[in-house]
Amino acid sequence: MCLGIPMRVTEINENKAICEQSGTRVEAYIDMLDDVRIGDYVLIHAGFAIKKLSEEDATETIRLLSEVLSQDTR
Amino acid sequence: MKKDSILLGHGSGGKLTKSLIEEVILKYLSCPELDVLEDQAKLDIKCGKIAFTTDSHVVNPIFFKGGDIGDLAVNGTVNDLAVGGAVPLYLSCGFIIEEGFSLSDFERILSSIHKAAAKANVRIVTGDTKVVEKGKADRIFINTSGIGIIPDGRDFGSHRIRPNDRIIVSGTIADHGTDVMLSRGDFPFFSDIKSDTNSLNSLIEHMIESGAEIHAMRDPTRGGIATTLKEFALAVRKNILIDEKFIPLRKNVSSALGILGLDPLYVACEGRVVVFVRDSDAEKLLNAMRNHIDGRDAAIIGTVLNQDGTDLILRTEIGGHRFVDMLPGDQLPRIC
Amino acid sequence: MKPDISGIIEGIKRLTPKKRVRIMEVCGTHTVAIAKSGIKDILPEEIKLVSGPGCPVCVTPQEYIDRAIWLSKQKDIIITTFGDLMRVPGTEESLSSAKAEGADIRVLYSPAGAVEIARENPSKTVVFLAVGFETTIPTITGTLEIAIREKIKNLFILCAHKIVPPALEVLASSEDLMIDGFILPGHVSAVIGIRPYEFLSRIHRKACAISGFEPYQILEAIFLILRQISGNQFRIANPYNSTVDYEGNTKAQKSISRFFIPSDSVWRGIGNIPSSGLALREEFSYFDIGTRISFPDIQSREPKGCRCGDVLKGIIEPSECPLFGKVCTYENPVGACMVSSEGSCAAYYRYRKKL
Repeated sequence: MCLGIPMRVTEINENKAICEQSGTRVEAYIDMLDDVRIGDYVLIHAGFAIKKLSEEDATETIRLLSEVLSQDTR
Repeated sequence: MKKDSILLGHGSGGKLTKSLIEEVILKYLSCPELDVLEDQAKLDIKCGKIAFTTDSHVVNPIFFKGGDIGDLAVNGTVNDLAVGGAVPLYLSCGFIIEEGFSLSDFERILSSIHKAAAKANVRIVTGDTKVVEKGKADRIFINTSGIGIIPDGRDFGSHRIRPNDRIIVSGTIADHGTDVMLSRGDFPFFSDIKSDTNSLNSLIEHMIESGAEIHAMRDPTRGGIATTLKEFALAVRKNILIDEKFIPLRKNVSSALGILGLDPLYVACEGRVVVFVRDSDAEKLLNAMRNHIDGRDAAIIGTVLNQDGTDLILRTEIGGHRFVDMLPGDQLPRIC
Repeated sequence: MKPDISGIIEGIKRLTPKKRVRIMEVCGTHTVAIAKSGIKDILPEEIKLVSGPGCPVCVTPQEYIDRAIWLSKQKDIIITTFGDLMRVPGTEESLSSAKAEGADIRVLYSPAGAVEIARENPSKTVVFLAVGFETTIPTITGTLEIAIREKIKNLFILCAHKIVPPALEVLASSEDLMIDGFILPGHVSAVIGIRPYEFLSRIHRKACAISGFEPYQILEAIFLILRQISGNQFRIANPYNSTVDYEGNTKAQKSISRFFIPSDSVWRGIGNIPSSGLALREEFSYFDIGTRISFPDIQSREPKGCRCGDVLKGIIEPSECPLFGKVCTYENPVGACMVSSEGSCAAYYRYRKKL
């Protein structure tokens, strides 16, 4: 039930946007977001865009992982 | 014929039926056996083993991006013959049409049947047309039956499958079911996904000519490759292992099914063959398939294990595993 | 740059303590992702992944389905619903069998589709079965906003919405459950942000990580949970930062509180959790079908022997329920955990059980 797909906004018509991912296009309501622009990435769930997305920043995981992996195994 | 839609009278066997056959159906399906318009087709077949199959087509919607019910009607029956090693020869074609069905839609379907039959090198030699009252059928239903000859020496089937056989699929999965689903218009999605509906006899002859020791073949339609492979596991009573990362799947199909929350393993194909081949011949067969236009994306996806059982096991992309069973019912009704 | 899976798995192995660690996921979509990806096969034995009550359909009481089915049989009613509810067994039947017998029940991908149906059928009463957690709730409030704008008067909801944090409180406080850490739901978090979870680490000292739904993301979350446990420092880690931030979607949150107030709510298998459900505010109560129609007294019976409740709390594995695989199968489900596409029992049966 939490199926949400990241998609890119390609067209905006008032409170609806056409969003695209790998060739699939979906029309979704954007009422739950402010200031949506073409080119934005949004999370689509049940016909609505429920969150604007940003680039995933894995810095912290990578740092912690390298700490753990660089420790001597006893 | 002045009317632009099919009337009850067109199915009654009288003048209207005659004009429908002669002026419309024969325009597309004319061939020597059919043109005589007898109650039966008389066929001169050099005797041997005959393969015979039948299929009814109730797909909804009847027109989709990659084809229509006419394509399915021919390709489905041709493929059922070809996967048994038969050379498909002749098809029958029975129409059940809802009163009021558009004549131009009917002609469009006939044109598809003609083209698909030509590509598959088969002829429609006999047929039937019935028309029912509005509301008693959904636009058009088609039944096709087909016969083919199995050349001497060919013996394909699950009885030939052995442990260590490799499993090859001839191309990307789930294209057909996804096209049909999206073409229904129930969801606010658009895509350029096209059904893979296609006749496989040309590819299969090419595969047999390669000399690879093919044991069994099937075309995965309703229920997808999961259902087809599980049926084999049950028939052979050996566990089967397939690897997720080798299963060919188009990105756009994967994304559309991801949005709908559906598993591509269970989504129908209509132009793919799954083949069990002796392991030492797997690479040879794969190369032969990839050299054929209908097998460009062929891939080895799994193997028959040397373990008694009826499990279909999927190795996942992270190296874990899960079991794959048949669906209890339709993931989606009227897919073919 | 994505962290590499084999690196994460190695990191997990190195951080796995000698004693058992119990990590619970509370999102049905995670339950399915974990079962489908076979993650349990590659984790060390000491790490026990336990499924929680994260499937909204599974935790909705039997009575709700019975009421929906009763409604579907009344004159001039069109029921609209997410597909997930169709096969759930009510006391006598399911929405799916009611539909086969002629009830007007329509499956929608989006609740907004109900507005269209209401507009096209002005003489009918259209009811949307509003089930789901915070990922889904804004799609229902968004739908109600559209209905108001377009002056649609014949659209209603039958509300069974629940919210996640109060359930987490119950699970975290329960000593019986012995949960060491939580994999938190990525898309609920996209809406509610991180703040509502902070009590888990501050008060209950649970190791938490918000996770996306790809296998590598779930592994990442497990790694970060183990890291907290090994360092004895607890927080809400957020590796899913492409989608989740501290505040969440405040516009969606405002829309939710515009229409709904928290109310007590019964979670199947757990019982009443205070303020864990939502009810329409007085000024919008006209959207509640209960104000239009009075429901008869429906005697709902939980199926005998069904241990969905214990499965939902992570007390037992699906295979430990006496009905599992024998009486209760995916083809013939008894309890909601088996029939919901995100139920623990369904996930286990379809992907993990040797048949």
